[in-house]
Amino acid sequence: MIDWCDKCEELMQPYLDGTLSDAEVAEAQHHLDLCRWCAKRYHFEERLRHYVRVAVSEPMSPELKAKLAALRTPLDA
Amino acid sequence: MSESASSAADSRRLAQEARDRVRFEEEALELSDQVYRVARRLVGSREEADDLVQQTYERAFRSWRQYTPGTNLRAWLLRILTNLNIDRGRRQQRTPQTTSLDNEAGDYFLYNKLESQVPDENPDEERVLERLSQDSIVDALAEVPHDFRDVLVLVDIGEFSYADAAQILDIPIGTVMSRLHRGRRILKKNLADGVPA
Repeated sequence: MIDWCDKCEELMQPYLDGTLSDAEVAEAQHHLDLCRWCAKRYHFEERLRHYVRVAVSEPMSPELKAKLAALRTPLDA
Repeated sequence: MSESASSAADSRRLAQEARDRVRFEEEALELSDQVYRVARRLVGSREEADDLVQQTYERAFRSWRQYTPGTNLRAWLLRILTNLNIDRGRRQQRTPQTTSLDNEAGDYFLYNKLESQVPDENPDEERVLERLSQDSIVDALAEVPHDFRDVLVLVDIGEFSYADAAQILDIPIGTVMSRLHRGRRILKKNLADGVPA
């Protein structure tokens, strides 16, 4: 017998990446509509990806920005 | 063509080239924040990231003629950057590649662990997410082995497509997908390990 929650766990990453076939999407969606337990975990993963992106984002220093700008070719060159 | 006509054509060509070059440099500089954000997570320290980005722009400005206008400039810059990063001997300092599944767990593992620590019955996902601090996320990402982290950083932090990531790293697209899949699992396992039991 298929354990649908295990199957859904396997499908989570490709589902969120949009790389599943139409049939697999329908399968996952059907289970997610019925299973709040899996649905919460999918939603968490979606939020986590965004949360990680924001958390690790570190702006460059104004010093580096100035150094890069100084690499430009002078206009009269 | 007379000599004066040909020298007029030459100077028009040179003027056009100068304009193309200025435009190229401006477009590349506009992308520097995004390039830096990715670079910062490919290497261990801010200093290394600064050096790497600076070298990338030096090289890009020298070889700007090799860029094909209309193609993805951000990916082109990242290709230079990852090549420089490899040249810097990153391969020697790579973390040992673990092939066992010790550093992986299923995709629900992190959520299950975090949820069990939130006192409320049936907490909402945001409450669960708040268990993770910014520092713990930075550390957990830094501990993902290089090969997986490169892909993870390009796709999930840099928001590059699989195809762009494959081109930047010079690996097949299938490898991008499998490394991304495993890399995310390793990241989540690291995050779970960082949460006090």
